[in-house]
Amino acid sequence: MIASLMTFISLMLPADVRIMPSFKLVAVLGILNSYAALTIPLIASATATFLFRQFFMTIPDELLEAARVDSAGPLRFFRDILLPLSRTNIAALFVILFIYGWVQYLWPLLVTTDSRYYTIVMGIKRMASVADSEPYWNLVMAGVILAMLPPVLVVIFMQRLFVKGLVETEK
Amino acid sequence: MATIDLVDVRKTYTGSVEVVKGINLAIADGELVVLVGPSGCGKSTLLRMIAGLETITAGTISIDGRVVNREEPSERDIAMVFQNYALYPHMSVRQNLEYGLRNRNTPSPEIDRRVGDAARILEIEPFLDRKPRQLSGGQRQRVAMGRAIVRQPKAFLFDEPLSNLDAKLRGQMRVEIRRLQRRLRTTSVYVTHDQLEAMTLADRLVVMNAGRVEQMGKPAELYERPASVFVAGFIGSPPMNFLSVDYLREKARGDLGTVSGAATLIGVRPDAIALAAPGDRPSVMLDATLELVEPVGGESHLHVRLDGSDQLLVVETHGRPDVAEGAPLAVHVAADSVHAFDGQSGLRVN
Repeated sequence: MIASLMTFISLMLPADVRIMPSFKLVAVLGILNSYAALTIPLIASATATFLFRQFFMTIPDELLEAARVDSAGPLRFFRDILLPLSRTNIAALFVILFIYGWVQYLWPLLVTTDSRYYTIVMGIKRMASVADSEPYWNLVMAGVILAMLPPVLVVIFMQRLFVKGLVETEK
Repeated sequence: MATIDLVDVRKTYTGSVEVVKGINLAIADGELVVLVGPSGCGKSTLLRMIAGLETITAGTISIDGRVVNREEPSERDIAMVFQNYALYPHMSVRQNLEYGLRNRNTPSPEIDRRVGDAARILEIEPFLDRKPRQLSGGQRQRVAMGRAIVRQPKAFLFDEPLSNLDAKLRGQMRVEIRRLQRRLRTTSVYVTHDQLEAMTLADRLVVMNAGRVEQMGKPAELYERPASVFVAGFIGSPPMNFLSVDYLREKARGDLGTVSGAATLIGVRPDAIALAAPGDRPSVMLDATLELVEPVGGESHLHVRLDGSDQLLVVETHGRPDVAEGAPLAVHVAADSVHAFDGQSGLRVN
């Protein structure tokens, strides 16, 4: 209960507020300039934790009890019943979190200095800010279009499940 | 097939609320025992303790002579039918039926045979490949029962399985459960708050109140000789009428026969009150006013107010009365149909 409250509270703080402590943590762990630094802080998502908690709360206790009577232990219950029931929920979260991760700018800017780890949004920004000359807007715009493609495709292909996950519960 | 024995079973929740206060009950092999009582009387908790879904604070529960207090539900070899069916929503009916067997590593041909048998008995063969949400309430109920049957457990435990159905379907399913239980001869414990369901289903009825057993016995015994005011008021519909002995001594005309000195409360079933004197049997007559008539098909329930008191009586008569609402009438109570209780302790005295 306290854990879920803390998670919920962290949702109310804008990401920028937490960014300095997060940076410090990543620096101490010595994983600056790595894929781990780019991904792990985004994987630990309060939104996802909160959404899943709310979803699991709606699963009737009797389902777990029926599974216990049917000789399914906790892990088997998770694999056979909870996970399949969460399918649409997982899809909805995937869409939200994929786009959230794709458009990250400030965080990758902070934790990477090596150009091998630059994200696409950072790349576009660097193309647009050149000294002493006009940026090549044609190249920038082409980059923007290419950057848009993956999220657009994800939304197009996941839309059906995404909407289902947000509006419908399969119980 | 098994016996279930409960010895001084108690359940206390944290915060020292005792909800089950020492239950002793021996259930014979093949018997259908119904636990009945008002909400919060501990009947569901007791059933869940037998199932292994609640821990046992004190006492022992044994199934087939083996103490199962600390065993998981799956080790007790029981099957349970839940009030909201608790079918796995993402699995087809067939998968729902198979799940428990697969988890027990039953060989596939055996699973197919048992699922086929259960589906035929319950007439759910056409729906085997549907999902639970595509089924009606009654069909879901059948699937839930099928899930219990395929396991061929030592005992069936029913937790108010019919309360989510409409009245007509409830009546049908009640008959089916009875027929099924007769056919399979599996020891069953059935929990309900509906006294009609309890009366019609039970081989033996256990009336519970506030965590204790008020009375147990055959349904007819409980109806004819309720051991306490609580049982008398709970079993039977419309419920039994209660009159104080003082009022009867003062107002009633006629012979009430011998009522023990300890009796302060007299109970009379609505169908034991007549609008005409019973003739050959000693009876008393009371003056009253007809307040309301409830026609219920072949019978009518008359709500009458006794003169000189605020007490309402319910009288069950055949057909319609020829008295208008608001008119005075006399009611007759045969002396041999009364139940006498001690108003203080609530216990029967005759």
